[in-house]
Amino acid sequence: MKKREEPRVDAALAAAHGLVAEEYERLVKLLGRTPTWTELGITSALWSEHCSYKSSKVHLREFPTSGPHVVQGPGENAGVVDIGHGWVAVFKIESHNHPSFLEPYQGAATGVGGCLRDIFTMGARPIACMDSLRFGRLEAPRMRALVDGVVRGIADYGNRVGVPCVGGETGFHPSYDGNILVNAFALGIARRERIFRARAAGVGNPLLYAGSRTGADGVHGAAMASGSFDDGREQELPIVQAGDPFAEKVLLEACLEAMRSQAIVAVQDMGAAGITSSTLEMAARGGMGLRLDLDRVPLRGAGLGAYEIMLSESQERMALVVKRGREEEVERVFRKWGVETARIGELTADGRVRVHFQGRLAADLPIRPLTDQAPVYRRPVAAPADLAARQAPPAVPVSADPAGDLKRLLATPELASKEWLYRQFDHTVRTNTVAGPGGDAAVLLLKGTPTGLAMTCDVNPVYCHLDPRRGGAQAVAEAVRNLACVGAEPVGLSDCLNFGSPEIPEVMWSFRECVLGMAEACRALAVPVISGNVSLYNTTADRSIHPAPTVAMVGLIPDLGNLPEPGFAHPGDRVLLFGTTGEEFGGAAWLRHCYESEQGLPPAVDLAAEARLARLLRQLVGAGLVRTAHDLAEGGLAVALAEATFPRRLGATLRFPALGAAALFSESQARALVAVPPRSVERALRLAEEAGVPVHEAGEVGGEELSVEFDGGRLRVEVAALAREWATALPRALGR
Amino acid sequence: MRCGVVVFPGASCDHDVYHVLKHVLDQEVTFLWHQASDLKGCDLVVLPGGASYGDYLRPGALAAQAPVMAAVRRHAERGGLVAGIGNGFQILLEAGLLPGAMLANRSGRFVCRDVHLRVERTDLPFTGRYREGEIVRMPVAHGAGRYAHRPAALAELEAARQVVFRYVEADGTVPEAAADETGAANAIAGLCNAGGNVLGLMPHPERCAEEILGNTAGLAFFAGAVGAARGAGGGR
Repeated sequence: MKKREEPRVDAALAAAHGLVAEEYERLVKLLGRTPTWTELGITSALWSEHCSYKSSKVHLREFPTSGPHVVQGPGENAGVVDIGHGWVAVFKIESHNHPSFLEPYQGAATGVGGCLRDIFTMGARPIACMDSLRFGRLEAPRMRALVDGVVRGIADYGNRVGVPCVGGETGFHPSYDGNILVNAFALGIARRERIFRARAAGVGNPLLYAGSRTGADGVHGAAMASGSFDDGREQELPIVQAGDPFAEKVLLEACLEAMRSQAIVAVQDMGAAGITSSTLEMAARGGMGLRLDLDRVPLRGAGLGAYEIMLSESQERMALVVKRGREEEVERVFRKWGVETARIGELTADGRVRVHFQGRLAADLPIRPLTDQAPVYRRPVAAPADLAARQAPPAVPVSADPAGDLKRLLATPELASKEWLYRQFDHTVRTNTVAGPGGDAAVLLLKGTPTGLAMTCDVNPVYCHLDPRRGGAQAVAEAVRNLACVGAEPVGLSDCLNFGSPEIPEVMWSFRECVLGMAEACRALAVPVISGNVSLYNTTADRSIHPAPTVAMVGLIPDLGNLPEPGFAHPGDRVLLFGTTGEEFGGAAWLRHCYESEQGLPPAVDLAAEARLARLLRQLVGAGLVRTAHDLAEGGLAVALAEATFPRRLGATLRFPALGAAALFSESQARALVAVPPRSVERALRLAEEAGVPVHEAGEVGGEELSVEFDGGRLRVEVAALAREWATALPRALGR
Repeated sequence: MRCGVVVFPGASCDHDVYHVLKHVLDQEVTFLWHQASDLKGCDLVVLPGGASYGDYLRPGALAAQAPVMAAVRRHAERGGLVAGIGNGFQILLEAGLLPGAMLANRSGRFVCRDVHLRVERTDLPFTGRYREGEIVRMPVAHGAGRYAHRPAALAELEAARQVVFRYVEADGTVPEAAADETGAANAIAGLCNAGGNVLGLMPHPERCAEEILGNTAGLAFFAGAVGAARGAGGGR
């Protein structure tokens, strides 16, 4: 094989790797010499935004990360919470935005794969996935193909690995026309004492490589995710990795089986920056050194140099530190599952990583200084110049035809049924799914216990655009509310912070504000942040996305026996509306979709009111008093009522004499609907009063019509016809 | 009564079937590795769903060649009970233990939802606990569930009453093939061999066998098979 010429390393080459001049100087100073090409590659990956969180770190410290359930907070592959009965839940949400925009099928598929590996790396069996997706207008270039590719990618990968996709959210907004968001969430369970951490220990312990062979795919993906899209960037196809769900499934089974042997010290999956980040991060956490023999790495073909091998992001690979002398035991398990392994190095005492390849020392770097001295930036922040205009109160029209507006809203891709998407995802495999997609929160059975696990994904990017602090708080509050609707108490959340370029002060300002809002809500509602991911540089041709700090929250239901439905369940049930409805239309779906207005302050977030409402809902559900519970969100009361009629095509006759037509679409927070059997009304009202939650008894469930009397008129719609519109709108809009 | 659940690499429903047989029906259950040469004396063998060998080539095509399938074939030929669910049904077709073939859904997409089935026969071990003509609701989750065979062969299967489960609407009417996203010939959801001891079905009875999951329609499938295998004293 012909030896390739390595490029000369200088500041210009470093800049091409995404290292700015000061960062390159820092590296040269650290080494006391010019780095080799491989060393430059390794360093640029570790110091990339994606791996180092250099722009976000100073803000992320605002999050509360401890709580009674927290076993492992941020800093590992995924967070861990105690869910009782000796079990822990391990979960995380992660972005795969850039690859999914370049190549939607593989981008989304490998997003799911990467997130699943973060879970089983910790010794947990993945039992659930969710997806939070943001697309642009369907009329935007490539958008229908992007939707189709992302959905197929998630389906083909998740379905074949056999992990149910039980929930999620899908939004559409023009701000994602040139930069879609694909966030994948995964949750696994393990016995508390069987959790694995990625902390290397034991000089002389071998480093085992397991999984697919290494190819040139994804070399420098981490750097890609740390740069903005410019026009023509879509040509960067080869750097998107290809996924193989079968390889993932056997790797999963082999890892979980091998982990039972107690011959494994530490494990980390090869995600962003592949061998580099997995092995160096494990060594750094344990304060160890590392010798790597790249000649032993299984390759897909000849022609890869040390640089490519270290930076390849080929999928479905794991790095394991094994107890010396027990390699054979571990290798036997992998062999049984048909998974290739190789002993690619060992732990050393000197804290350096030495990379050997073809008789040469390709890299020799001090690990801790490299990871600890990664740059940290407090980037300039500036409120956007047009903030006042954004927040200027919107003109609130007099709705002449609320029924027509409701139909129009429910037929938008944003508010229409997402069944077309989620029916393509297996949501019943593993037989734990008590409530799948389509409700406020998904509910899973924890087999062998009465406990239910609830989970939800939430964020309203329009609110975050109009007032990021409020938007951040609202995302957390809505997630808590969604969990409360199934009677679940939150135990932790994972966040995926999707923003534009951190080098734009206005973006950094919205980042900081969102984080502060989320942190405040987390403290007020007692929800620790246990894991997360930051995706910056979601900026295309100078246009940044609407901020999307996606919140994936997990909660516990003490007893699944009383689970309410999200829709009306029984004729004669009484409908109660909890909370206060104000005239809050900033960013409201009604104004955006019916009157093309996206301005004003988003609805106020009263965290104390949210806490009271959530507590009340949990109490009512726990006592078995409610048959239906549904939170009020986008589209307000009118949309929530319509949604409640759909599951069983069951109408209701309701009166809201204090509300005008427009108020039906107000998006005031801290509200929820419940339906209770007549015998429970009195008790529910009393509990609401004791809880300090305003309540209005609105009427009763029944009939084939939704009839809503308000101040000045009546909204009447035939449930079946409206449901048909809502159910078919998305496939129609997609041309399916 | 001994039940075996075959473990093919890549398949994911093995634990679900194991769970129902073991924890819901309290049976003796063992996993059978895909490279095993015998069935460890099992009376009932289940080929579970999922994506054996990643669905590569064609769903079920590679699994049909696995070493364990020779033992499954011998078991079936001796009259032993074999059930294939989802991918397991596809494996039975690819192995020639059931007639016909499975194509990609007419919609070209994976579909996961509840469907209604009509139980066409109750004189089989697997269906003895259902009522003739009973309409049951079960979840499907498959990308290739479009059963296909030559028209003449379909007529023979119908005449021999080998169609065991048929997709229907909730009211029992059989949907037009063109209107159904799966597009299965004769709306076939489940099929047995001439002897009635080998059965394949696309819906997943193991996913609806517990009260807590809101549907127990699938429990009778396993309970029937278990009872019948016990009654027959096993197929050893």
